[in-house]
Amino acid sequence: MSALEVLRFAVKGLLANKMRSVLTTLGISIGVAAVILLTAVGNGASKAIENSIAGLGTNLLTVSPMRGGAATAPRPLTVADAEALADKRIAPDIRTVSPVVVAQATAAHRGVSHSIGQVIGTRPSYFDATSSPVGSGAAFSDSDVTEARKVVVIGQTVAQELFAGDDPLGKQIQLNNIPFTVVGVLAQKGSSGLQNSDDTVVAPLTTLQYALTGTGSLSQVVVQAESAEVITAAQNQITAVLNQRHGITGSAASDFRVQNQQQLLSTRTQAVDVFTTLLAAVAGISLLVGGIGITNIMLVTVTERIREIGIRKAIGAPRGAISGQFLAEATLLSMVGGAIGVLAGWVGSRFSFSGIQPEVLPSSVLLAFGVSVLIGLFFGSYPASRAAKLRPIEALRHE
Amino acid sequence: MTAPVIEIKGLRKTYGSGDTAVHALRGVDLTVHRGDYVAIMGASGSGKSTMLNILGCLDVPSGGRYKLDGIDVGSFNETQLSLLRNRKLGFVFQSFNLIPRVSALGNVELPMTYAGLGRRQRRERAEAALQLVGLSDRAHHMPNELSGGQQQRVAVARALVNAPALVLADEPTGNLDSKSSGDLLGVLGRLNALGRTIVMITHENDVAAHARRVVRLVDGEVTSDHRQAPL
Repeated sequence: MSALEVLRFAVKGLLANKMRSVLTTLGISIGVAAVILLTAVGNGASKAIENSIAGLGTNLLTVSPMRGGAATAPRPLTVADAEALADKRIAPDIRTVSPVVVAQATAAHRGVSHSIGQVIGTRPSYFDATSSPVGSGAAFSDSDVTEARKVVVIGQTVAQELFAGDDPLGKQIQLNNIPFTVVGVLAQKGSSGLQNSDDTVVAPLTTLQYALTGTGSLSQVVVQAESAEVITAAQNQITAVLNQRHGITGSAASDFRVQNQQQLLSTRTQAVDVFTTLLAAVAGISLLVGGIGITNIMLVTVTERIREIGIRKAIGAPRGAISGQFLAEATLLSMVGGAIGVLAGWVGSRFSFSGIQPEVLPSSVLLAFGVSVLIGLFFGSYPASRAAKLRPIEALRHE
Repeated sequence: MTAPVIEIKGLRKTYGSGDTAVHALRGVDLTVHRGDYVAIMGASGSGKSTMLNILGCLDVPSGGRYKLDGIDVGSFNETQLSLLRNRKLGFVFQSFNLIPRVSALGNVELPMTYAGLGRRQRRERAEAALQLVGLSDRAHHMPNELSGGQQQRVAVARALVNAPALVLADEPTGNLDSKSSGDLLGVLGRLNALGRTIVMITHENDVAAHARRVVRLVDGEVTSDHRQAPL
């Protein structure tokens, strides 16, 4: 009996119960599409992070405190630390230093409120250092910082949420009930992987410290080196200055961390990799559930067709022909399901999800399709062997 | 002379064991030669269905010997038995047992598919077999579009298409009206006249009257063996 004949019987068997076959196929389709789409989203997210960090410039260094490290008495990063870094005589390769505090706040304007992703308090040099140009209006000035004026530059997302198309310049918004005047709107940046860079508000450092975070420690210090070439020198200068100020000598563990964009990138992509793995695991489970659906339906099919199996056996079908027929049916179901899933995943990845443009990994397509075929073989083998083992007289007697 | 188609000696079949054991066959001897047309008769519980299952290699005896077309099937495993069913035997059941959703032609082709014949050869032989039972014009109908009599004739065509040594019929007229029964018995008679060996199980005397030889079973033993027409 040729493979073509087995396939012909399988197609006939599936077409006999169209609705059932379609629904079983759907289970596998959803699984395969989920695997492809979710890994594509994860992949797109890491690509977006790479792009956004590359956009920050190669001369950027970030100093952040290390909490819970091995340091015996960790000292926070302070504005004084930032001032010390700005000293040209000690650190000649540093161009600008922007101390940063980060807070969470809810913004409100005329009854519309919006929970902001990130409220940043800093100095005007921050805009240039992090390549966050102000699109309309202007950035706040150094005197706004020294006077602690209540002015803000808002991101595109915040502008849309609160003003819905109106011009926000000169208007007042409340940050946790404290009134601020909008002086500028940031140019669109897009998502940087897990968080939306446009969902942000930038205010003078001092204002934010007085209003929200307190004047203690900084969240980070953003340092701009003179050029990309001297970035290692700048990094060493920062380490030297802060080691001295924090009293870290010799082998003592550091209580701060200086990262360039490359290092920042790897930290962030690591986070996204974990997230992608989780997504893929969830998708894999849905594929598995689809496979169990195949077993279920094939068992029903075998039970329904016990008499037919008996007839086939009576007229001389060997075990292999019977099990082959049911195995082919199961594999066909999963293969068609897999193919539809690949198509659906590919179409789905044309759309972007919360700012992330998915990028389909060719390996995920091959893997998902291959696994779906294997699932058909694996989950179809039990019902098929059950059919093949039926005794013909009992099968023929079955009503 | 060639070997007999069926040669059984001391055939026994027991279901269960101990006090609850049921002796369906208690030592049956029977020899059927090529070209014969035998009716096996008996009341229900006489062991005739058990006999048919064993003759059809669907079941194995508990004791005794069974030679089909000169082959001792006693030691055969399942794969060998299925091969034997395919090449040496043709079945006609009381309830037709066609595969649903497969056309008459497809049903007749099925034994040849399992035998591994090519498509064209299958088609030709299936059409010839359908012509023999007078159903050439119904070849592409599905079983549920055929009358009981027609379905049973398709089953006969399927049974003889592999040129088996033996055609086994289990109450083939049991579900048919008298007109269809007559047609079917006519077909079986013609097949026998062409040289096919047929063993038919029935409990109706007027059906058995068409056979050349009538064997009666009572409680798992042969009580009479009467030849009605010469071989």
